[in-house]
Amino acid sequence: MRINTLFYTIRQGFRNIFRNKLFTLASIATISSCLFLFGLFYAIITNFQSVVKNAEQNIGVSVFFDEELEDSRIEEIGRMISKRTEVASIHFVTADEAWESFKTDYLREYADGFTENPLEGSEHYEIYLSDVSMQSALVTYLESISGVRKVNRSEITATTLTGVNALIAYVSVGIIIILLAVSIFLISNTVTIGISVRKEEINIMKYIGATDFFVRSPFVIEGMLIGLIGAAIPLGLIYVLYNVVMEYILERFAVLTRLLSFLTVQEIFNVLLPVSLGIGVGIGFLGSIVTVRKHLRV
Amino acid sequence: MDMSVNKKSKKTATDSNEIISLNNVSKAYSTGAPALKDIDLHINKGEFVFIVGDSGSGKSTLIKLLLRELTITSGEIRVMGYDLTRIRHRKIPKFRRNIGIVFQDFRLLKDRNVYENVAFAQRIIQKSNKEIRKNVPSILATVGLAGKYKAKPKQLSGGEQQRVALARALVNKPAILLADEPTGNLDPKNSWEIMKLLEQINENGTTVLVVTHNREVVNSMQKRVVTLKKGVIVSDEEKGGYIDED
Repeated sequence: MRINTLFYTIRQGFRNIFRNKLFTLASIATISSCLFLFGLFYAIITNFQSVVKNAEQNIGVSVFFDEELEDSRIEEIGRMISKRTEVASIHFVTADEAWESFKTDYLREYADGFTENPLEGSEHYEIYLSDVSMQSALVTYLESISGVRKVNRSEITATTLTGVNALIAYVSVGIIIILLAVSIFLISNTVTIGISVRKEEINIMKYIGATDFFVRSPFVIEGMLIGLIGAAIPLGLIYVLYNVVMEYILERFAVLTRLLSFLTVQEIFNVLLPVSLGIGVGIGFLGSIVTVRKHLRV
Repeated sequence: MDMSVNKKSKKTATDSNEIISLNNVSKAYSTGAPALKDIDLHINKGEFVFIVGDSGSGKSTLIKLLLRELTITSGEIRVMGYDLTRIRHRKIPKFRRNIGIVFQDFRLLKDRNVYENVAFAQRIIQKSNKEIRKNVPSILATVGLAGKYKAKPKQLSGGEQQRVALARALVNKPAILLADEPTGNLDPKNSWEIMKLLEQINENGTTVLVVTHNREVVNSMQKRVVTLKKGVIVSDEEKGGYIDED
């Protein structure tokens, strides 16, 4: 391809955007609304997942040992546990640390009456899981280790979080399917409008002896530009909206932020930006290819 | 023109002077209705031929077959040595660049000016900007539109729009010019001007095929006339006239 033909093709792609303003606006609006819903959904779901993940990381299992168990055996048990794949981290808490923590959390000034550590013999391992749904399996294993006296866990919290995780997965799949179906319906409608606008132009090009590539290229460039703009608009909206909502939550529900940690807009956009741009440009590319293809057999 | 065998493009040698050749060509549409039946038509380089006939006689189908927009149902069709029954899809653009086409409804790109409409045909065959700047004004001068190169199609009269279409068809110097009812939307004055241009183009060596209903033009010009009726050639006369439907 000659360089001037290449530039001509690119220039035509840009000009096409302004030539068919109604079609351009309809296409951008369609892609924008689909990607806005997608982005909104993504921001909500990822925040939800992050909250659940944080909660999971705070669910620990405590392992207490038989009295008089030798330190070497305790260390050996520690090594065995840390080798398990479901274990994210393991931390040894001495009896003194356990008492200090208890005093701070529950007794405060009332602890002054104690001269000895009432939690003597309560040294233990605190284990945090990488996947809370594996808690039961881990507990069974821990209870089978010789030298382990007691295993403490919060089964209700673990079960609830496992349920929430599954629910998020189902809801995610459901909403993605609905969004895709709506997108395909809207985009195919827009493409049908586009076909009627372009039919004559494509026919003329073909009669004159234009190759499929020459006919297709400006439309593909146009489609990709429309996709790019169609993705950029909802991304901008979500960026602004997300910051506003986060500010509002931080101001009005400050107590929530101590319990729940929300993702920053940068964290959301690390994934949302490339994915949305990819989907937008991809839809534009495929849409224009499909639109033109039907008329290339002239 | 090179009529030698070209294996890649399925170009085959025929009678060295023959540019269009249809042997026993039939075309039936998917509904089963025959549009053309056992057509034999041979046109030499440099000829000027009118294809006449009433609506439904198969004139438009013939044009579409010559452009390879449609494929024949049976028989053999060759244009400039290209066997149109066997030509590959990707070779069709190259084949069409040898044919200029003019339609009744002009089919100009409405959003582009006269210059761009004509230059468009040159861009398709990847002419350089320098060549386009030289060729387009020259062909616009030939069709008498040198001063209107900036005008958009809607700013032009029907006759002027048809001249732009002619300029676009001719700028790539085609071997054949197909004109499908070129005067169908024009008044008598403009019709004659277009026909004179077509005659001039033919005198310069281009083979011209004109599909028309225009009895007056056909009878006055004293050219070869092929008459179609219900998909069959009923008459093929040198210096013929328009045959009225019974």
